[in-house]
Amino acid sequence: MRSNPLRQFVLIAFLAAQLAFPLVYKRLQARAKEPMTVDPATVLARYGFRFQESAKAAGIDFTHTAATFDPKLSHIMPQVASMGAAVSIVDFDRDGWPDIYVTNSGEGSHNALYRNLGDGTFRDVAAEVGLADVNLPGTGVSTGAVWGDYDNDGYEDVFIYKWGKPELFHNDGGKHFTRVTDQAGLPKWVNANSAIWFDYDHDGKLDLFLGGYYPEDIDLWHLNNTRMMPDSFEYARNGGRKYLFHNLGGGRFEEVSARMGINSRRWALAAVAADLRGTGYPDLFVANDYGVSEVYFNEGGKRFREAGKETGIGAAPKSGMNAAVGDVLNQGRFGVYVSNISEEGVLVQGNNLWMPRAGTSGANIQYDNMATAMGVDLGGWSFGAQFGDLNNDGFLDLYAVNGNVSLDRNRSYWYDYSKVAGGNSAIISDAANWPPLDGRSLSGYQQKRVWINDGAGQFKEVAQLVGVTDVYDGRSIALADFGNRGALDAVVANERGPLLLYRNTVSPENRWIEFELEGRTSNRSAIGAQVKVLWNGQEQVQEVSGGSGFCAQNQRRLHFGLGKASSVGKVEIRWPSGQTQTLAAPELNRIHKVVEPS
Amino acid sequence: MSTGLATVAPKPRSPLGRFFSAENRYLSPLFITLILLVGNLSFGLLESFSRTLLAIGTALSLEIVLGRWFWGKIPNLASGYITGISVGILLRSPEFWPYGLCSAIAITSKYAIRVRGRHIWNPSNFAICAMLLVAPEFVAALSIQWGNTVWPMVVIWVLGAFIVYRVQRFHITATYVASFVALALLRTLITGHPFLAEVAPITGPMYQLFIFFMITDPKTTVTPKWAQCLVAGLVAVAELILRLAHIVNAPFFALTIVGPAAMLVEIWRSSRPAKTHA
Repeated sequence: MRSNPLRQFVLIAFLAAQLAFPLVYKRLQARAKEPMTVDPATVLARYGFRFQESAKAAGIDFTHTAATFDPKLSHIMPQVASMGAAVSIVDFDRDGWPDIYVTNSGEGSHNALYRNLGDGTFRDVAAEVGLADVNLPGTGVSTGAVWGDYDNDGYEDVFIYKWGKPELFHNDGGKHFTRVTDQAGLPKWVNANSAIWFDYDHDGKLDLFLGGYYPEDIDLWHLNNTRMMPDSFEYARNGGRKYLFHNLGGGRFEEVSARMGINSRRWALAAVAADLRGTGYPDLFVANDYGVSEVYFNEGGKRFREAGKETGIGAAPKSGMNAAVGDVLNQGRFGVYVSNISEEGVLVQGNNLWMPRAGTSGANIQYDNMATAMGVDLGGWSFGAQFGDLNNDGFLDLYAVNGNVSLDRNRSYWYDYSKVAGGNSAIISDAANWPPLDGRSLSGYQQKRVWINDGAGQFKEVAQLVGVTDVYDGRSIALADFGNRGALDAVVANERGPLLLYRNTVSPENRWIEFELEGRTSNRSAIGAQVKVLWNGQEQVQEVSGGSGFCAQNQRRLHFGLGKASSVGKVEIRWPSGQTQTLAAPELNRIHKVVEPS
Repeated sequence: MSTGLATVAPKPRSPLGRFFSAENRYLSPLFITLILLVGNLSFGLLESFSRTLLAIGTALSLEIVLGRWFWGKIPNLASGYITGISVGILLRSPEFWPYGLCSAIAITSKYAIRVRGRHIWNPSNFAICAMLLVAPEFVAALSIQWGNTVWPMVVIWVLGAFIVYRVQRFHITATYVASFVALALLRTLITGHPFLAEVAPITGPMYQLFIFFMITDPKTTVTPKWAQCLVAGLVAVAELILRLAHIVNAPFFALTIVGPAAMLVEIWRSSRPAKTHA
């Protein structure tokens, strides 16, 4: 042995340096961050935008109430009844102003439809139009809603999914809604947390995907037993089934999931459809709790093929709670953002940003998780997230909400949660084995994340600086330009908390352009239509969505920030019908209404 | 984790017997590699292969460099390999650097912290605890399962038990498991939580790696068999106390506390001059 005191000393110093590395790393990260208190003018100049929470001032006074299930679950009630707050954007009366629909989950509670009055205020008209009283005892409670014009009459209809009986309402000319669930042929009971409208076969009629969470034979208010929890924290396959409703026309739907290749009992929490491979057909991405995500490639509208493993998406199981797509690097291809759980020292899953690997495309497309490299991985117990150009600089930013159960600030349920979550299926799947929550928090009171995109592959977190300071249990977020002024505002639905409206003030030197599409041969909502804007050597693609994020739907209108561009070269529109359309040099800073050529 | 196997007097054995024997320093590395491959190919156990390879690569590189510098020769790399692969499995982080750093801490600690020529901490146990303490924002310990059926768990238990039996460490594992189950019952009585909730952690892979590879490490366990059993029991007791204090990674910290303490006692006892009788 050639050991001597000097060598030992050098080795100890080397070890100490290694142990100090994380502390230095954190210090450097903290130094790189901006000071937390900056005056609004400086924030606007520095980041190009700032938010101000203004729900009350806008006439929005809504607080979500949670469900109360069978007493057999009372010991963990806040945890099992921790979802249901959802928000979706629609211009239900076609007055040109985006409106807000928000769900409630207490038994007998009312959903709200906030009509945008166009003067910065809103008024709840849900009861007037027949969309309020949808949580009657015995029918389950709402967990989300998606809007789409399923009968192509020009008015957006609404599908309300629930832990309970799903409901379809027809929009009667923007004045009233008629319940058409029974004629539509929808199932009696689904414990769903995700649904999207999309026209998977391009027949011009919107189809519907519905993702089950708890199995559909479970009535959470009348449990036969307590064996209703996931049978694994990472590999659970005992969740609800998936439904694909093919629109037959005439207000009728046919369930075709098995025939179309969608057979999964994973615990779906989010879904989004977009043409991920450039085939012209929408692929389907499903983010699952307690397991890997699934991506269903659309084989020409005739069949779906699950390709999670082969694309790299279905490798490491996490707790998927969000699915949102965005052309993050302005390269004409979509990345997919999936939120997961990160809790210091206990469970650091990190969120996923699935980016298409360079050089792969079409049937051979591969994805890499770039969340850590791009700085959007750590978001607490994350739920909903949406892409949108918040400062109109020409790059998509990302707004993510989080926080699971906020009760006693000083007592955490994490120890007991991790104890059972790591156990075998026989233990974890029985709620009776779960220790009581006993008023403790589980990743509560978390700070939200607003990441701004520098366009060069890095995001910077600025939530506190730009005015997003709430610590409610955020679930669902939707983005919309409520003032028709070229700025994306944010609406956040919080579990057992208030609906928040973050008004966005954007630096006026950044330009923007918006497109409101209406299909003719394609479905009238134009869901699935892609718009590519080319300007100053940049190009960005967006697709009209029938639902994205967590239990959410952004405005259908597409919003593009353009930085300091003085003009747009051209705009290419690809309609779901396959028809393409080009707009030459459209005017900036305005909303363009585009109807599909017949 | 285990750096290899205890040395015993060689006896004539069949090739299979030699393979499954304490002289085979590569039995443990082979077993843990098998666990890693099966776990990842079947269940996606790893964060990614590249992160685990980083952990292994760092451990082996540093073992070569420090071994050459410290001992003047390149040591057998089975120990460094197990350290690296253990870190690659047991550590969870979306970042890359914690895997390299954790392996580096593990190997360096083996050389830097020595008492009378012996290292007193299990390297990967020490390093994982260090990472959990200094970088909790970035890391967590493995907490996921072998799929959602009981069979992978049974296979690992049977194989693991067979191997620790062959390498003469079964008594340590058995003592710890028995202590854990008994103390889980005690925790149930104290907390009022279901017994299955208290016993649940030991059904996960983290514990299987812990009981087959970490607490049985010959280099960082005391020598007499009875003392090994006593220490295993004391680790379980320390874990009980930490669990009652709601420490999530209780087993790692319990071993970090009890293991070196036991080693120091043994070193102290062995350094005392032998009693002479008149």
